[in-house]
Amino acid sequence: MALVSAENRGLRLAARYATLTLVALVFMFPLVFMVVSSFKPDQQLLSDTSSLRAFLPVGDISLDNYYAAFRRAPIGLFMLNSVFVTVTTVLLSILLCSLAAFSFVFLEWTGRNVLLTIILATLIIPFETIAVPLLLFVSKLPWLGMEGIAWGWLNTYRVQIIPWIVDALTVFLFVQFFKDLPRELIEAARVEGASWFMIYRKIVMPLSGPVLATAAILKSLKMYNEQYLWPLIVVQDEAHRPVMVGLGYFFQLQIAWGEVMAYLTLISVPVIGFYLLMQRAFISSIASTGVKG
Amino acid sequence: MATLKLKDFRKSFGKVEVIKGVDLEIGHGEFVVFVGPSGCGKSTLLRMISGLEDITSGTLEIDGRVMNDLPPKDREVAMVFQTYAIFPHMTVRENMAFGLTIARASKQEKQQKVAEAARILQMEHLLDRHPSQLSGGQRQRVAIGRAIVRNPKVFLFDEPLSNLDAALRMDMRMEIGKLHEQLDATMVYVTHDQVEAMTLADKIVVLKDGRVMQVGTPMDLYHDPGNLFVAGFLGAPSMNFLQVDVQTVEGDDAKVGNAALKPINVAHKDRLNGSGKAILGVRPQHVEAAAPGEGMLLGTVEFAERLGSETVVDMVLKDDSKFIAAFNEDKVFEPGQTVDLVFDPAQAHLFAPSDEVETVH
Ligand SMILES: Nc1ncnc2c1ncn2[C@@H]1O[C@H](COP(=O)(O)OP(=O)(O)OP(=O)(O)O)[C@@H](O)[C@H]1O
Ligand SMILES: [Mg+2]
Repeated sequence: MALVSAENRGLRLAARYATLTLVALVFMFPLVFMVVSSFKPDQQLLSDTSSLRAFLPVGDISLDNYYAAFRRAPIGLFMLNSVFVTVTTVLLSILLCSLAAFSFVFLEWTGRNVLLTIILATLIIPFETIAVPLLLFVSKLPWLGMEGIAWGWLNTYRVQIIPWIVDALTVFLFVQFFKDLPRELIEAARVEGASWFMIYRKIVMPLSGPVLATAAILKSLKMYNEQYLWPLIVVQDEAHRPVMVGLGYFFQLQIAWGEVMAYLTLISVPVIGFYLLMQRAFISSIASTGVKG
Repeated sequence: MATLKLKDFRKSFGKVEVIKGVDLEIGHGEFVVFVGPSGCGKSTLLRMISGLEDITSGTLEIDGRVMNDLPPKDREVAMVFQTYAIFPHMTVRENMAFGLTIARASKQEKQQKVAEAARILQMEHLLDRHPSQLSGGQRQRVAIGRAIVRNPKVFLFDEPLSNLDAALRMDMRMEIGKLHEQLDATMVYVTHDQVEAMTLADKIVVLKDGRVMQVGTPMDLYHDPGNLFVAGFLGAPSMNFLQVDVQTVEGDDAKVGNAALKPINVAHKDRLNGSGKAILGVRPQHVEAAAPGEGMLLGTVEFAERLGSETVVDMVLKDDSKFIAAFNEDKVFEPGQTVDLVFDPAQAHLFAPSDEVETVH
C-alpha cells in the first residue's frame, strides 16, 4: 500500500531476515559444534560446552583428532562402502520402483489394486520387527558367483543392497506422480505406436524429473545416514562395513569425543556435497510433496 | 484412406452399458462427424475405434480387416485430443516425428515427412520450439501435424477445437476442412459444435444414450430429421414442437391443429401412431410474420433478441405453449405485443407423440 513508508517496509524486511537468520543458526549450531570440536583436544572440548566457545574455533586447535581417527578406523574404506551401497541401491530402486509403479498405474491386470494396497500396508511395519526373520532368510540365500554357487549372503555388499532396493514409500511416490500425469499423453503415445516400454522410457521417465529427485534424495539419505541396525547384524567383516557402523570404533571403553567429531565431520562431506549438487531439486521436491505442481 | 465398419458395437464399463449396439459404415475418404449430448458415448466410440478402449462385443473392421483385438499401435489410426496431448519435453519437430521415431524410420524420411506436414500446416517456423512456447491453436496444429506425419488410415478427432477461442476455432475449422480435401483421408470427428458438424461433415451421426439416432448428410438431417430427437438437436434456436390433434388422414397428408394452430395439412410420413395426437415441428427460421388476422398462429411476445442480421423472438401461443421465431431481418418487438405468424406446412415435420419432447427442450 502506498501509505506504508519505505522505512516501515525496511523494518519489516529486517525483521524477516533476522528471523530467518535465527532459524538458520538454530539448525547450524550442531553442525558448527561438530566441525569446531573436531579440532579441539577432548578436555577443552568438554569444558567449552558450558559456554559459547563451543561454537568457536579457539584455544588449542589442531588436526590431531583427524590423525587419530584415521589410525583408529579405515575411514576411507567405510566411506567407499557406504557410497557404493547407497549409489547402487538408489539407482536400482529408482529403476524397479518406477517400473512397478508404471505397471500399477498404466497397465490393467487383475489384482493390481489389492497388491498395491498390500505394498503400501508394509509402510507401517517397522524394520526392527522383520530384521531377525530377514537375517535368517538372507543367511541361507544362494548366490551365483565366480566360484559357483555360494550359500548365505552375510558379509557382502549385496546383503546391504538387495533388501533395500524396493520399498513402499518409493513405489508410492512414483504411483502418486504417475497418476497425475495427463492420461492423454500416454494414450497419444499408444496410438502413435509406442510399446509400453517405449512409453515408460520416452514419455513417462523424461517427465518424472521432480519425483526422481525426491525419490533419489530420500533414498540416498536413508541409505547413507540411517543404515545402522541391518549392517550391524549382517556384516561382521571390516571390508564391507558402512560408515554408521564404523562409528562404533570410537565408542570403546573410553570415548574419544574429538575423534568422534572428526569422524562425523569426514563422513558428512559426501552428504553435504550431494546436497549442494541437488540443492535446487531438493528444495523443489520438498515443495512439490506439499503442493501439487 | 480406408473404409470402416462397426457392427453391433457395444461397450460396458462394469455393469453399465454405455454403447448399446452401434452399426455404422464409413467409406473411403469420408468425413464423419459424431454429435450428441454430453455423455452419449461419442468419445467412447472413438476410443473403441482407436483401440484405447476395448470392444465389449461387436466387430470393428478397417479396410475389411477385423481389428477388435489389435492394440492401438497396430490399427494405423491417428488421434487428435481435445487437450492436444503433445509431449511437453519434446520440440515440435520431435513431437511430430514421434511415431516415425518409434517405428525406427530413417532420419531422412523423418525430416522429409515432418517438413511436408509443417508446410501443409504452415508451421515451419515453429519446428524447434517447445510446446510451452506455443499458443493453444499452435499446439493443436502440432497435434494434427503429428497425426499427418504417420499417414494413418483413419484420423480420429475428439473435440479438437473446443479448447480454442471462437475466432481461432473458425480458422482451425476451415483448416481441418482443407486438410481433409488435401489428404483425401478418412476422418472421424467428435464435436459439440453444430457449426463444425454442419460445415465439415460428409455424414453426421447423431448419438443419444449410446445409440445412433440418425445418420445422414448435414442437409438431410436438417431438412428431414427422422425423429424428434434429431429434429430438436440440430439447428439453433432449436425446432418448435407443438402438441397437435390429428383431425383427418388423407393419403400422405394429415390434417392437424390445436387450440393455437388453425388446421393445416402436413405430410405424415407414416409416423402417426393412431392415438389422434401428434407433434408438429416448426423451425424458428421457417416462420414469418403475417398481416393481422391472417396468421396460422398468434404469438404474444415475451422478449426479443436483436442480433442485427436476425431477430429471435420468444413468444407464448394461445394454448400457453412456448414458441420461438427467428426473422432474418432487424425488427423491433415490444413485450406483450401480439404477432400473427405463418409458415409453409411443407417445411414442417410431423412426429408421433412421445415423452422425448421433454428431453429435447
Ligand atoms: N472409464 C470409464 N468408466 C466408467 N464409465 C465411463 C468411462 N468412460 C466413460 N464412461 C461413461 O460412459 C458414458 C459415455 O462417455 P463419453 O466420454 O463417451 O461421452 P461423450 O459423448 O464423449 O461426452 P462429452 O460430450 O461430454 O465428451 C458416460 O456416461 C461416462 O460416464
Ligand atoms: Mg467426449
